[in-house]
Amino acid sequence: MSNPERTYVDPSINMETEAYWEGTAQGKLLLKRCCSCGETHFYPRAICPHCLSSDTEWFEASGKGKIYSYSIMRRAKIPYVMAYVTLDEGITMMTNIVESDFDDVAVDKAVEVTFRKTESDHSLPVFRLS
Amino acid sequence: MGRSSKAYIAGAFEHPTRKAVDKTIAQLHAEVALGALQDAGLTKDDVDGYFCDGDVPGLGGLSMAEYMGLNLKYIDSTETGGSSYVLHVGHAVDAIAAGKCSVALITLAGRPKAEGVVSLAARDGDGGKLPERGFEIPYAPVITNMYGMAAMRHMYEYGTTSEQLAWIKVAASHHAQHNERAVLRDVVTVEDVVNSPMISDPLHRLDCCVISDGGGALIIVSPEVAKTLGDRCVKVLGSGTSIGHLNGGKFDLTYTGAAVSGPIAFEEAGLKPADIDYASIYDSFTITVLETIEDLGFCAKGDGGKFVSDGNLISGVGKLPFNTDGGGLCNNHPSNRGGMTKVVEAVRQLRGEAHPAVQVPDCTLALAHGTGGQISARHGSATVILGRNDA
Repeated sequence: MSNPERTYVDPSINMETEAYWEGTAQGKLLLKRCCSCGETHFYPRAICPHCLSSDTEWFEASGKGKIYSYSIMRRAKIPYVMAYVTLDEGITMMTNIVESDFDDVAVDKAVEVTFRKTESDHSLPVFRLS
Repeated sequence: MGRSSKAYIAGAFEHPTRKAVDKTIAQLHAEVALGALQDAGLTKDDVDGYFCDGDVPGLGGLSMAEYMGLNLKYIDSTETGGSSYVLHVGHAVDAIAAGKCSVALITLAGRPKAEGVVSLAARDGDGGKLPERGFEIPYAPVITNMYGMAAMRHMYEYGTTSEQLAWIKVAASHHAQHNERAVLRDVVTVEDVVNSPMISDPLHRLDCCVISDGGGALIIVSPEVAKTLGDRCVKVLGSGTSIGHLNGGKFDLTYTGAAVSGPIAFEEAGLKPADIDYASIYDSFTITVLETIEDLGFCAKGDGGKFVSDGNLISGVGKLPFNTDGGGLCNNHPSNRGGMTKVVEAVRQLRGEAHPAVQVPDCTLALAHGTGGQISARHGSATVILGRNDA
């Protein structure tokens, strides 16, 4: 049984990150990779945090990964699952786990991306058990 | 005699209030400053260096310097959350050693209890300027679920249990029963902790620190000034600082910045964890203590659960007496920033002025560690190693 979901506040979108949010609006999870050192990073930046090169490029992630850690926020009016998910591409990102019974959520379980609308109709990547 | 020290802690003061409905934040800063100066045997006019966090009213320390009538040659408002005041001790020592000032005042004050402002979301005022905001705030991270994720990962990797984490609160409560100003004075059991309401898995209500108003202050002086003040001065033998963060999405939540700041401080002091008689360990949550104890080298990574169990942190019972004032878990976490009270209780121990029921016999060497921000994201980490006047 899935749980009722809270309202998602809007992300802040700027010139560094607008492509990411244009991607989510199309149901794509985009990541940034450095063309100089080859490392993928998150959250996406114009400047690679691993080598400070400005030669970075967007690419579409598989949307698949595993739960790195999580915490069920029981004291919220509408409880929710806070999580870090490690994507197959090797980076770990903050997210929520949705559509899943709280008792089924566990570290290392496989998840896949899905999307939720925020207050102003942006698309926010979240994950569900796969 | 003994070990050399570039500077000394001459004054240490913890504000007695835990709920300051009738005082302003500026007023609290001045009250703790006066308390620490009186403790040191100095006056306001002796102060020539001032250290505060970035959370004080005004632009850095400018407004507080004016409010308190300080005439300064040196100022530092480095902001690393609750670790700031431990970091400031190291910065003050360095400034004194460089001859930039000779009497440094460090203050902390705040009133989250009176103001009812306690959540992480309340700090979401940076809008689009905060680079990580869009990738975090929509998911509703708050302090408890962020620390909950660190605890959950530690449990997954090392088999750490809620009962083991609970021992940390149990130890703090054994100490707090002797502190008449502590917010929570009842001795609790492991069962009490694990049966308290779940806040954010796996952290229960009693895994969390208290919310309180007040603050504290420290006076750091040069060796020349310390000579005039007597043997209540405490040596600063080593200090270390680090910043932990998410490293572009490649990180390990079972480590904190203490893994870097601790070894720096120990190396400067020429000491090792086994030499420490008493430790003040930042305790926003039980998991904060557990990971920090491992990172500082008191036990191997992953062995923290076993190390803290069975009263090993209780003064007079275990091998590493910690937070003998009751810590942030039971006594005081003023302004949601626990670093100041960590140093204050370490100073009490080294002076032999802790409560007799928790005083460590012949306490010669102590450590104080501060953690600021969130261990499962960006956080400041600061360690100081202190010695009794004759250490």
